[in-house]
Amino acid sequence: MRYLPLTPADRAEMLSVIGASSIDDLFADVPEAARLDGPIRDLPGHASELAVERHMTALARKNMVAGDVPFFLGAGAYRHHVPASVDHLIQRGEFLTAYTPYQPEIAQGTLQMLFEFQTQVASLLGTDVANASMYDGSTACWEAIGMARRITRRGKAILSGGLHPHYVSVAKTMAKYTGDVLDTALPVLGADTDIDALIAKIDDETSCVVVQYPDILGRIADLTPLADACHAKKALLIAVVTEPVALGAIRSPGEMDADIVVGEGQSLGVGLQFGGPYVGLFGCKEKYLRQTPGRFCGQTVDADGKRGFVLTLSTREQHIRREKATSNICTNSGLCALAFSIHMTLLGEAGLRRLAGINHANACRAADRLAKVPGVRVVNDTFFNEFTLDIGKEARPVVRALADRGVLAGVSLGRLYPGEDALANGLVVAVTETVTDDDVEALATALEEALA
Amino acid sequence: MALNQSGWRPSTPQQGDGAPATFTGNRALMLEEPLIFEIGSTETTGVDFAAGDVAGSRLGDLTRTAPIGLAGLSEQETVRHYTRLSRQNYAIDLGLFPLGSCTMKHNPRLNEKVARLPGFADVHPLQPVDTVQGALGVINELAMWLIKLTGMYGVAMSPKAGAHGELCGILCIKAALEKRGEGHRKVVLVPESAHGTNPATAAFAGFTVEDIPATADGRVDTAALKARLGPDVAAVMITNPNTCGLFERDLKEISDAVHAAGGYVYCDGANFNAIVGRVRPGDLGVDAMHINLHKTFSTPHGGGGPGSGPVVLSEALAPFGPLPFTARTADGYVHLIEEERAEEFSNEHFDGTLDSFGRMTAFHGQMGMFTRALAYILSHGADGLRQVAEDAVLNANYVLRSLEDTLDAPFAASGPCMHEAIFSDRGLAEGFSTIDVAKGLIDEGFHPMTMYFPLVVHGAMLVEPTETESKAALDQFIGALRSVAERAKAGDMALKTAPHFAPRARLDETLAARKPVLRWKPPVAVAEAAE
Amino acid sequence: MSRYFTEDHEWIDVDGDIGTVGISDYAQGQLGDIVFVEVPDDGRRIAKGDEAAVVESVKAASDVYSPASGTVLEGNPALVDDPSLVNSDPEGEGWFFKITLSDPAELEELMDETAYAAFVAKL
Repeated sequence: MRYLPLTPADRAEMLSVIGASSIDDLFADVPEAARLDGPIRDLPGHASELAVERHMTALARKNMVAGDVPFFLGAGAYRHHVPASVDHLIQRGEFLTAYTPYQPEIAQGTLQMLFEFQTQVASLLGTDVANASMYDGSTACWEAIGMARRITRRGKAILSGGLHPHYVSVAKTMAKYTGDVLDTALPVLGADTDIDALIAKIDDETSCVVVQYPDILGRIADLTPLADACHAKKALLIAVVTEPVALGAIRSPGEMDADIVVGEGQSLGVGLQFGGPYVGLFGCKEKYLRQTPGRFCGQTVDADGKRGFVLTLSTREQHIRREKATSNICTNSGLCALAFSIHMTLLGEAGLRRLAGINHANACRAADRLAKVPGVRVVNDTFFNEFTLDIGKEARPVVRALADRGVLAGVSLGRLYPGEDALANGLVVAVTETVTDDDVEALATALEEALA
Repeated sequence: MALNQSGWRPSTPQQGDGAPATFTGNRALMLEEPLIFEIGSTETTGVDFAAGDVAGSRLGDLTRTAPIGLAGLSEQETVRHYTRLSRQNYAIDLGLFPLGSCTMKHNPRLNEKVARLPGFADVHPLQPVDTVQGALGVINELAMWLIKLTGMYGVAMSPKAGAHGELCGILCIKAALEKRGEGHRKVVLVPESAHGTNPATAAFAGFTVEDIPATADGRVDTAALKARLGPDVAAVMITNPNTCGLFERDLKEISDAVHAAGGYVYCDGANFNAIVGRVRPGDLGVDAMHINLHKTFSTPHGGGGPGSGPVVLSEALAPFGPLPFTARTADGYVHLIEEERAEEFSNEHFDGTLDSFGRMTAFHGQMGMFTRALAYILSHGADGLRQVAEDAVLNANYVLRSLEDTLDAPFAASGPCMHEAIFSDRGLAEGFSTIDVAKGLIDEGFHPMTMYFPLVVHGAMLVEPTETESKAALDQFIGALRSVAERAKAGDMALKTAPHFAPRARLDETLAARKPVLRWKPPVAVAEAAE
Repeated sequence: MSRYFTEDHEWIDVDGDIGTVGISDYAQGQLGDIVFVEVPDDGRRIAKGDEAAVVESVKAASDVYSPASGTVLEGNPALVDDPSLVNSDPEGEGWFFKITLSDPAELEELMDETAYAAFVAKL
């Protein structure tokens, strides 16, 4: 009970101040039938720090660690090198153990950090403004669709086949309850994105078109014609970025006139963590500010005229607007936003561009090498650090078999789109700065043997 | 004798007469810190990369050529920037953080250590399932604890925070109603004292929200609630212990009535900390309840997240829970049930069919929070968790009874409080309100209590000390709050301009909202915009 | 021209069949500093009691209900740039919107200035 500082003598003294004869008196409002008379049976008792660490370490050892093997998984979560100072700084107690900055005079550290984060995210996404974070990319994507409905007062959203299938799933779940109509599609295992098909679908009922950039197969296309087509019908273009490092190399969706840009910020500072916690990025044009979900930090002055920061525009949020709020989100991803922001500060623009360049160069080399494996075809003409292979046979068991050989080969489209035969041979391969030429050689060799 | 040659002649420090302005604006250890954009440059980087050519060729014609505007700092400057910023924050590591309803308790560092084990931190969510048995094992083990601690049937682990968990529970209810052919039930009853997330969540899922009044003793008006039940009511959302810090004595009776009328009971579990190990919500007839792992199970709040909001479910709602989930089979293997395998496992685990309402998030939820929460739970064990609730309630009652002679405690006569004590602004001098007490507490070195919530108490001050405070810390806090309250009752004008010793004085929130400045812009751009 | 008040603290000035709507001085005092006002779109048809506008302080958002039925002629463009007009001149320059009244008889249910002053005095 090392985390409980009261001594038995303290407890007795406090009970006497309260005027209670026992702790049970304080639980007198609990109906007798529901009172537990002691610790819940068949659950273990308290344990030492050593014992807990031993137990958790044993569980951790049952996992294959990405850093221990040639590793090529992406599809919405990317392995990048995170500088040591990032994790050190986010573990400072004043960041780690602070609450939401509701008392700004004693939360300027968190607030200034959020203001800097908002600036970095808006710059990266190419949007006028960005909020103080969402849970993750998938929920940010759904919130953007809901926001487009409020702005356009229309209920039909068109989702690109290149949008991450989990993001599509989340949107489908939510749309069942909000009444939005979603027009969805599967990706096609080819070099071209579905931009032309999306343009053809836009009509006067369309609230928004949602397109991922680069898409789930890693393909990149100019979003400008799509933005123009949306705006011609008074619909919004929502762009989704699951790999923010890409925006150090390719034009931002905001530059191509997307109205709302959302993203998964995990690549910078956060780490893989088996899927969470991550950090949702959310930016948009300033004219749509009042319809945005989530928190914003804004600049102001204090009573002495000094610059300071506060949470602002709160009247959109649930704690004030209750059932009329733009979203029910409350807690967001503050600490992950801090990690993102520190990593971005360490990189700076020059570093981000260099990092992006290395990712792309590594991916180009890997694609060229893997294309030489008999039976393997690189599907993409364009990509950043992730591309799709058609390996000529069902990829999911191949990924499984390669894991046994100590190679985590990528994400099979069979895992992402179970039961879709036309996609079953697809393997999505991500190549970041953490991948060495030896890793690529190991993958090529293992793949060659598996396909032989 | 040899005379002191250095010129340094130690003497007793003299008392100063006020603080002079400094050249830097700093105040010794309190350091002013500019924005990174004001001290860094787009050419600076704190990261080294391998040398070599990085010419890319597969970007289409989309190379980003325009400036992005991201300032960089060297590593040393980065460490200093964020260290300086951190020192402008209050935190639970610095002192008692009595923010009612938020449960700011000590965050054990063991939890941080285990979450960073490479076997958890460096694992991809889409790795083949047999390469992540340890990660799935953590989820499954934590799920088992949550089910047993709450006396419920199942648990949905993927919700990302409390409000996301609420949404999960409400969607389960909606799915269950639709399955029964009763999708026409559109009304969700929510007590006036509820967290704002409750009505926001219900409205988001397409329900109409109706308020249920509170009685004078601070609890839900059971008679009014029962009278409102009927064929149009889908669910009741109730917080227990409630936001006034009181146990809802009638919850079982309410649950029975709601069930008899064909509805479901959602319990906001934000305050589960007060009853863990003493009461199981399942025994009170609850159908769904989210658990904020960052409250009850001490994962750090991180300045506003990340949270994690698993939802425990009754037998009636469990089949409708979200994907994915885990299931351990007799051979010890932990299966991950995603979209494609739901059918297969519905036969194994449910008599009926599994009818998941779908996916709420990419991947599997807040794994990094699961490892921390599990380490916390294992550390306490069943006996320690019961002690958590007892000490949390003891501490809150101690604060309540120690201050009720000074501050108005509207429900002091309603019996013991649970984990938080509530006071009102009644009795403060004319023109003084809760905010003045709060800002005065800042100068005393404490984070203020929750202000003006719940709405049912005028000028509410909601104090939640939590179980991780010693008696000495509580006594100091009680003394400080008593002192500030006495000053507010006496009309001490110095409180109106408090805080005096924080990094900033009161901030102009009106200015921030009227003319929002939400990002830094280069001075040139600011000047142009002003023209 | 005559002025009427509602129990929800809106006022309406009537000049022929044109009504000008705002919130009372008492209401602005209760809200505190106003930071944002959302006025209805031109041409919108609203019924008496409908939510027609929103007025926000830093800590609260309040719906403004139309005191009468009609069609919106215009929202006050000055409030977009300077919502503080609602604080400084609530019953003048800080008006919210103008409507063409469809049923002037509705006004008879409202309070006049004296009755409203008495109503507020009891709050």
